[in-house]
Amino acid sequence: MSVHTISFTLNGKKVTHTVGPEKLMADVLRDELGLTGTKIGCSIGVCGACSIHVDGKLVSGCLMPAIFVDGKTVTTIEGLEGPDGKLTKLQEAFITCGGFQCGICTSGQIMAATALLAENPKPNKEEIKSWMMGNLCRCTGYYKIIDSIEEAAGIRNANV
Amino acid sequence: MQTFDYKAATSLEEALALLGEHGDDAELIAGGTSLLIMMQQGLVQPKVVIGLSGVKELRGIRRTADGGLVYGATTTHRELETSPEAFAYDAQLPKALGVIATIRIRNQATVGGNLVHADPAQDPPPVLIALDGTVDLVKAGGKSRTLPVEEFFLDYFECALAEGEMLRSGNIPPMPAGSKLLYKKFLPRTEDDFATVSVAVRLGVDADKTCKDIRVGLGSLGTTPLRGKKVEQALKGQKLTPALIKDAAALVRDEVDPLDDVRGSAKYKREMARVWTERTIAALAGFQTAGAVR
Repeated sequence: MSVHTISFTLNGKKVTHTVGPEKLMADVLRDELGLTGTKIGCSIGVCGACSIHVDGKLVSGCLMPAIFVDGKTVTTIEGLEGPDGKLTKLQEAFITCGGFQCGICTSGQIMAATALLAENPKPNKEEIKSWMMGNLCRCTGYYKIIDSIEEAAGIRNANV
Repeated sequence: MQTFDYKAATSLEEALALLGEHGDDAELIAGGTSLLIMMQQGLVQPKVVIGLSGVKELRGIRRTADGGLVYGATTTHRELETSPEAFAYDAQLPKALGVIATIRIRNQATVGGNLVHADPAQDPPPVLIALDGTVDLVKAGGKSRTLPVEEFFLDYFECALAEGEMLRSGNIPPMPAGSKLLYKKFLPRTEDDFATVSVAVRLGVDADKTCKDIRVGLGSLGTTPLRGKKVEQALKGQKLTPALIKDAAALVRDEVDPLDDVRGSAKYKREMARVWTERTIAALAGFQTAGAVR
């Protein structure tokens, strides 16, 4: 069966990798490229744990064949921090607001919320809830996830 | 998932040639959100998968001179939802598209892929049926045909594509003057789930509430998306009243054939079809109903 050599930008670095067409991005990131920050939950695009950005768009890594990212720019949770290791405002807000409990959904929550704030820097509560609907938290820590996003957007307590 | 040969098509002609060459052994892939799940479950086991992301002829959204809307098959739901063309066509169209799954999936899943998947519980089919939409199907050699969306679905996960044929684009004719669209997705959980039942209505009424245009699309209410023709016939040309809408909506119970599943019994869905058909039409006609229309 066919084998493909793909080249893409992964968290700012050029990567060339050889994959079979059945390989999914979430598995390739975790098992072949050593980036285990992307989690796998449901494997069918529902839970959001594998959320990554491809060309700036939020997608499910579990439903994205690796061959689809050829020539594209991929960002995972490992690629958000600055070169000096400084966390983003949103990542800091998840820490200060207690936006995670067990942590399995957190990478996906932060990738989804990062995409939200890039498109809509001052979302209202309904917009946050609607956007984040596809990221499930088994600990049900949703209020604090919303708090974290509002904190990062500088609108905490402004949204009632 | 078992492996396969992947061939990326770079033109419509090449995609059709590959499809002709590999026949039943081949599947087309656009966003992949439906196909990959079917493949992971072993329900579909293609030897060859033909990639469509590089086929420019399948992309794009444009208005027609008469005010209609055309979308390429591999347009993502999010691209259509956020397009100025869809908003200009009718502000309710982006809203209807905005309840499909989640933003993440709408970034990947394509409108054409959704249609050929022929899942009766999807959101776009009832909306496109209510809007009198058509699909353009094409074969190698450029031979094409146009089908109304309501005739595109044959059975559970089965569409009207013939061997070697693919969906090129969809077309929505201009909204009749004064008509409005409303899509109601009823489900007890969050909107990213499949609908328990869904109802899309395009309705146009005169100043005295005489119904001059009505089309009803129904989702999750049979083995295919459906059109509520009896309801339409009962109301077209009539002066609408809450009582008349209620009676007409009851006719939908005989038009649907829902399946029992985790989202409700067939009996319950049949009753919810009546309730939501009534509420959706009444809301568009400007009447209050007992239940809120969210």
